[in-house]
This record gives sequence, C-alpha cells and structure tokens, in this order.
Amino acid sequence: MSEPHLLVHDKADNVGVVVVENLTAGTEMLCVVTEDNSDFKLVTKADIPIGHKVALSDLAVGDTVMKYGEDIGKMVGTAEKGGHVHTHNCKTKRW
Amino acid sequence: MTIDIANATVQAWRRENGRVGVRNHVAILPVDDISNAACEAVANNVKGTMALPHAYGRLQFGEDLELHFRTMIGTGANPNCAAVIVIGIEPEWTQVIVDGIAATGKPVAGFSIEQKGDFETIRQASWKAKEFVHWATELQKEECPASDLWISTKCGESDTTTGLSSCPAVGNLYDKMLPHGIYGCFGETSEITGAEHICEKRAANPEAGAKFMKIFKAYQDDVIEQFKTSDLSDSQPTKGNILGGLTTIEEKAMGNLEKIGRTSTYIDALGPAEVPEKGAGLYFMDTSSAAAECVTLMAAAGYVIHTFPTGQGNVIGNPIVPVIKISGNPRTLRTMSEHVDVDVTGVLRREMTIDQAGDALIDMTIRTANGRLTAAEALGHREFVMTKLYRSA
Repeated sequence: MSEPHLLVHDKADNVGVVVVENLTAGTEMLCVVTEDNSDFKLVTKADIPIGHKVALSDLAVGDTVMKYGEDIGKMVGTAEKGGHVHTHNCKTKRW
Repeated sequence: MTIDIANATVQAWRRENGRVGVRNHVAILPVDDISNAACEAVANNVKGTMALPHAYGRLQFGEDLELHFRTMIGTGANPNCAAVIVIGIEPEWTQVIVDGIAATGKPVAGFSIEQKGDFETIRQASWKAKEFVHWATELQKEECPASDLWISTKCGESDTTTGLSSCPAVGNLYDKMLPHGIYGCFGETSEITGAEHICEKRAANPEAGAKFMKIFKAYQDDVIEQFKTSDLSDSQPTKGNILGGLTTIEEKAMGNLEKIGRTSTYIDALGPAEVPEKGAGLYFMDTSSAAAECVTLMAAAGYVIHTFPTGQGNVIGNPIVPVIKISGNPRTLRTMSEHVDVDVTGVLRREMTIDQAGDALIDMTIRTANGRLTAAEALGHREFVMTKLYRSA
C-alpha cells in the first residue's frame, strides 16, 4: 500500500488525522481506517498541518466529534468535508 | 522479530530485598532544600555518586509530609540505587528517611548539618560516599528474568500521533509482558478526563475501579473546581498538545489510555509514590500529568524503567530511572531525533504494525535494562521533582 495522508481510528469516526507534512489544499488524500485497514479518498479544503484533524463529512455547530469511536467534543463552528477541525471550531463538552 | 518473553533475561543487579535494579547509583539524597549544597559538594568530591537536589522538605505537615517522606524513602529504596547517603539540616527527619531506606537491606548513612556546618558534614559524608562507591562498583550483575522488571509509563507533549503509534506501542508491551509477571504503572489523573468511564471499566476488579473513580473525582472536586480560573482549555490540552493537533481533553485522554493496551487490566489504584502491594500486574497511580513529577513518583514506588511516548518532543529524564522515549511523529524525528530511543514513525506510513512497534519497544527495554544509556541519560536529563500537595506551615 502507498503511504497514507490521513489515518482514521474507527469506522464510527467523523474526523481523521493528517500524518504527512506540508499537506496542501486540493490534495486528494489516501485515507486509511486503522481498525480494519480499509481505505478511501478525500480532497482537502485547506492546508492542514501534520497531526491536525480533517472532517470526513460536513460538520455543523453542535455536532458531536467522534474519534477512537468515542465522543471527543462538540463543534462550536462549522467544518466542511475535507476541512480543518481544531480549537477554532471544536471544543470539549466538559469545561 | 518475535521476542520470547517467558525466557528473556537481562543482566542486572539483584538487591538485598530480591528486587532487580538496572542501574547501580550511589545517590546523595537531601532531606530538604537547604541541604542541596552539601549533597552537591559530596557528589563533586566523590565521582560515581549523584546528588538529587530538589526544592522542598521544610515545614511540610500532614499528608504532604507523608508524601515527602514516601518519595524520599522510595527514591533511596529503588533497586536502581546500590547505596544512599542522606543529608538533612537536622538529625530527626534525616533518620526517618535513613531508617526507611535501610529496611531494604542496602547500605545507607545519614548526616545532619546543624552544629557541624557544611564543611564538616561534607567531609564526613564524602568519606562514607567513597566507601559506598568502592563497594557498589564491585557488585556484579547477574542474569535475571525480564519478568522481574517493574516498568512504568507516562506520555508527554502528546499529539495525535501518540494515540496512533507510540502509546499503543506501550500498550502492546504491557499486553505482552504483564502476563509474564512484570509490574506496570500508569497515572496522569487529570489527563483521563473524558475517558474516566473507559478507565473505570479497565479495572481487574470492582474495588480497583471504585478506588480509581474516587481518586479521579477527588482531583476534579478538590483541585480543579477549587482553583480553576478558566475552563482549563488553556492547560489541558497544553499549548504543545494543541500545536500537535489535539483539540480537547477527551481526545487527549483517549490517546493516553492507549498506553494500557487492549487486554491489560489494573489490579489496584495507588496514591502518589505508594509501593504496589498486590503482586505482579498493572497499577494506576494518582499523579500529576506533568512529566517530571509523575516519573519521580513512579520511581519512588519502585519502578526501574520508564517508557515515555512523545509526539511533539518532550525531553524529560530522571536521575535514577532510565526513561525510554518512543515517538511516531516524523517531524519530531526530523527535528529532534537525539531525544528519541524508539522510532515508530513507520506506523503512520503503514509500514509497521502496532505489534511490531511493541516488539521494538520490548527490545529497547531489554537493551536498556542490560545497560544501554537512554537518550535522556546520554543528554544528562535528571529531572527530579517532588510533588507538593499544599503550602507549608
């Protein structure tokens, strides 16, 4: 398999993690789900740094963000499919 | 590469109490902050010794004083120390620590400064330290089962790559080695926030799960609720975590818990620096998530090797316990590889499985137990940081 651009922990997740440096907007990413090694393609909508998250579907304010198959917080802004999900649009439900 | 853990051995020191040490330090331990100078002078006089200066030890009381004594005694009692010199300002607390360490059967001697001064204390302690060094350096290593190792873990400067690669590598080590009789330890009470329900379920028995939840809730109620000025999003995740792509404490907590693997369960929840007493297996310990404090507490509980996943590149070490760094972040390996012992970047490229990453870490753990200096040891990282519970009297 060629090197993936994005890894997704679990099939239930709606975000994945960029695992390459210098990823630019418009790149057609190879995305791999680590749970079962399945893969799919997704086009980035922004330049996204290594380690940062990408929305796998359109996310609206109030949506629960799923990673590891678990609830890791809520959207406080929007992200389109292929867009950047981070502290500007996602927040803990705890604090 | 498949490692036969059941038959794996290491060349290490079997101490008087039967525990296995992987280093052979002669430690010069200050009871209190004002005895640091004398300890450092002794360590300067006598090569092959090491002073462990720290910031506290005066006018502490109650639970905080008990933790101070427990950490001091546990550090000296750690099997990685062959012999210990204890120096304090006055004789009584010095003797408490000497007696605690002496229970292991190892050589220990105490000195106090009052009515003597630094010069005379340093003179007396240096003679004893030199005697200990000659004795310790003639101790021979022997073949010991790898299953006699006590291996702790804590991650630092985590990012999303730690949850994908380096933390699961530690989890894989535990899943493979705990069944053979090692002791394990994880902690970081505040960093389990958001995954506490998952952590509770990983207890081997309901008592351990209830004990963990009590510790977890106590920290939330007694510390966070009492002292917070914001919602903690500025501290957890840390600024480094956020640069690395971690957004929420729940996300960080899920990555953190990857360190206890898929099948491992913890048999007890310990207080800070508390020695495990329920036999071989995995333990949770109530610790800060700050790296140096956490590793110091686990070392004081008797753990002799520490595994440390990092994403963005935490550089921590410990004076008496080798800290093995594991990273899967290719940028960190490109920019600061001098700090990394085990490179698991192949996991992100899908060239290395978690099983292989775990084997690479087990291999490095055995090599470290056999004497290979870790990156942190070679670079002189000796962060020894006492945990303080509240203001002194």
